[in-house]
Amino acid sequence: MNSIAETDRFALLGASSQDKSAPILPPLWRGGLAAAAGWAVAASLTWFWPDLTPWARTDLLALLELGVTLLLAAVALSGGGRFALIHPYNRWFGALAGILTLWQVLTAKTGLLPLPFFPPPQSILEVYTDDAARLFESVWRSLFLLIPGYAIGGILGFTTGALIGWSKAANYWGHPVLRFVGPLPATAWLPIAFFFFPGSHSASTFLVGLATFFPVAVLTASGVKGVNSAYYDIARTLGGSERFLILKVAVPAALPNVFVGLFMGLGSSFAVLIIAEMMGVKAGLGWYLQWAQGWAAYANLYGALIVMALLFSGLISLLFFVRDRVLAWQKGIVRW
Amino acid sequence: MVTNLDAPAKAGLSIQTRAVGHWFDSKDGRLDVLDDVTIDVEPGEFVALLGPSGCGKSTLLRLIAGLEAPRTGKVGADKIRIVGPDPSRLLVFQDPTLYPWRTVRENVALGLEATGQIKGSQARIDQALDLVGLRDFAGALPNELSGGMAQRAALARVLVNNPRLLLLDEPLGKLDSLTRMTLQAELVKLWKDAGFTALLVTHDVEEALLLAQRILVFSPRPARVVREIRVGAAYPRHRDAPELQALRREILVSLGHDHEL
Repeated sequence: MNSIAETDRFALLGASSQDKSAPILPPLWRGGLAAAAGWAVAASLTWFWPDLTPWARTDLLALLELGVTLLLAAVALSGGGRFALIHPYNRWFGALAGILTLWQVLTAKTGLLPLPFFPPPQSILEVYTDDAARLFESVWRSLFLLIPGYAIGGILGFTTGALIGWSKAANYWGHPVLRFVGPLPATAWLPIAFFFFPGSHSASTFLVGLATFFPVAVLTASGVKGVNSAYYDIARTLGGSERFLILKVAVPAALPNVFVGLFMGLGSSFAVLIIAEMMGVKAGLGWYLQWAQGWAAYANLYGALIVMALLFSGLISLLFFVRDRVLAWQKGIVRW
Repeated sequence: MVTNLDAPAKAGLSIQTRAVGHWFDSKDGRLDVLDDVTIDVEPGEFVALLGPSGCGKSTLLRLIAGLEAPRTGKVGADKIRIVGPDPSRLLVFQDPTLYPWRTVRENVALGLEATGQIKGSQARIDQALDLVGLRDFAGALPNELSGGMAQRAALARVLVNNPRLLLLDEPLGKLDSLTRMTLQAELVKLWKDAGFTALLVTHDVEEALLLAQRILVFSPRPARVVREIRVGAAYPRHRDAPELQALRREILVSLGHDHEL
């Protein structure tokens, strides 16, 4: 009976059934071939045009570019299949080759942009090959600060918000406090936190938690307050206890809001994390940035920024992935 | 289609209201919605509460559902004073108000879940889904349903609990006219088969005449019962039946709409 329902649903949603009539020859991914050509140009330019002053990782860069060329070409020639997902991005693949080449020409090949502020791509590659251990440690030290703080702040924020949204008494006392204290950026608490907490690590965890707490609490509270009152009427007439009303009605109905809060909290926790690491923790990516700046190691600075972008963007993507799973029933929500 | 749920058939509830008055406090002062409403509904009876929009009929249903207490007067079921909501008295609203995060099946299971009877009740849920013809859509989410299907699911959500009183607050008000006619017929059939008491709030004279054994006509706000009309016609009724047409005219006159278009 379920299978029938599923079929009906898919038919309703217009999802295509499995189409077995594949063409005999796989279609060529032309955009992919063009992008591969671009990367081939980038690789040969890196290899054959000598650097103004020799850089240690120019050969490796050329090899990597060649690798990308071959990979793109192989995918393009193999046609559709599981790689069909990336086909629409062919212009991005091509543009990346162009940007990389332009960057290299302006720096390593001609020196039009001055050192040390504009390091060539090969010097950033060198950061990754030669300073990987330190960078890696910075990443996990950052995560070690971020994740517990974010989790604690998120859980407390959710609980507080649900209470404020549900109980009149909690709202009476809690809401003004949230309104008054909430707008303070968590970074403003930094001097006090470092004074009150035994160590910089616990102080930073507190700050990250605080940065997460407020948006999650405020949005959870407004989510619970905004639940359609008819939902409660239904549950009450059906015999639902107060516990049932909170857990089975208020919380699921407020979840879309909670995720907006978690998203905002994640953004502000990144800011707090980096500043806390720069100001006191002496470890993590924020500290790495400051350390690199102290040595005028601009390649390390850019290298760390790229890692940070990948890390934070990955964490936000992960949050959105979880949200899309949890809120699969909802359609047309904000896309990341 | 299955004709009945395999739970012990309970007779419909009787309903008594005695001099019920109700008002809301608004910023412009007191807003009276019910004035001295005294009605009696027999067990298993189908009664329509007919009146202009916003006159206070829905408030009366909320009082009988036990969601609110009357400011003055008494409301009782089987001559026992109503003090709060109870799964024997269930509401169906104009909007289906299904929980969008639950599938149709999970929505129907809501009452059994709330009262801790969910274990071993899967067959009962299947029957309720069959009753409204939604078995094939058990796994669908509410936003994948048409208006008529969603309202059917809302009906299944109450019927699965074997209510003794169904409070219908313009349940077909937002449906297109064809779906509405279909559901009117289905509603009569469900009521005949299950034996619950039905109280239908509507401002549609024709709907009241098609469904109800007795029509209570309410005045504009604050609502008072101004007229009581018995509809003796046998079911299934036809909307063009001359006796219904005559009653229709009579009701429209009592509502102050006697002019021709």
